[in-house]
Amino acid sequence: MQIEELRLDGNAAGGALREVFAWEMTSAIASCAGCGAAGPVATLLNYGHDMGVVLRCPRCDAAMMRIVITPGWIRLDASGIDLLMIPQSTSV
Amino acid sequence: MTYRSVAAPAPARLEWRVATVAQVRDETPRARTLVLDVPRWPGHRAGQHVDVRLVAEDGYQAQRSYSIASAPEEGLVALTVERLDDGEVSPYLCDVLRPGDGLEIRGPIGGYFVWDVAIGGPLSLVGGGSGIVPLMAMLRHRVLAGGVAAAGPPTRLLYSAKHWEELIYREELGRLAARGDVELSFTLTRETPVDWLGYRRRVDESMLAELIWPPAAMPHVFVCGPTAFVEVVATLLVRLGHEPTRVRTERFGPTG
Repeated sequence: MQIEELRLDGNAAGGALREVFAWEMTSAIASCAGCGAAGPVATLLNYGHDMGVVLRCPRCDAAMMRIVITPGWIRLDASGIDLLMIPQSTSV
Repeated sequence: MTYRSVAAPAPARLEWRVATVAQVRDETPRARTLVLDVPRWPGHRAGQHVDVRLVAEDGYQAQRSYSIASAPEEGLVALTVERLDDGEVSPYLCDVLRPGDGLEIRGPIGGYFVWDVAIGGPLSLVGGGSGIVPLMAMLRHRVLAGGVAAAGPPTRLLYSAKHWEELIYREELGRLAARGDVELSFTLTRETPVDWLGYRRRVDESMLAELIWPPAAMPHVFVCGPTAFVEVVATLLVRLGHEPTRVRTERFGPTG
């Protein structure tokens, strides 16, 4: 099976993102530090693995966000994101 | 001097809760709906999902996401789970879990792949396999939100499955179509029943051109199902002239 068939998207990382961020993040707009493409976190390509999540730019494939949740620590590398705009939504 | 609050309050932290299975309902030979009783459930929006966590006796944890099948108006959380033969979680949910059992869930999750009647239409829903689940929540919400007087926005559903027996919610969809609540199209990609009047091939550009509202109508399009299905359909829709930002996608991973 090709790797591409296994990938998910930012929607599936929604729960993990709520462990890090206070707000619903799938509708946040993330700008890629590599190529400048901007779009909802839900549209980032998600190559999840047992240890955490890697969200990649759908245009240039650069890793935009890496989250690893281990006992006692959440490791977040968002160096692939230039700007994150998070809507302050009051809905559930 | 008095101060007033201007910022919207941050939502409460998503907590894992133990839901109780209230009811199970077999939809197809491979798909089962679990109706859950969730303490302090805050409600949800059509299209959202929950995370489910199973913890084995040795502490090993497995986690998966499942779309909520029920409309917000129903006041309950129903998940429809399709059994993957080599799955780690779905066989347990489909074959072992019984009414009265507990299930750890977290949610509701999602702010992108969601639709409410307030967002409007026209609405085009494209589902492959179990991708029908969040779309069904949207259809159920469209019916229940409207009430007797108001009709929801014009809505079309294209549902692709391998076999007729695997069409989840088949009868309910038929009733919605008969009432004019949705224009319904099925396509089967493996064998088809003898008297089959629907499509009998994988979703392709000409089928989408025929069935999705034209780009000029500015439809809201939601595509959900196996990753390969979603990516092919989304690519074709953009090629047909649809605005990429109006085509929302949710990938479910490899097909069962």
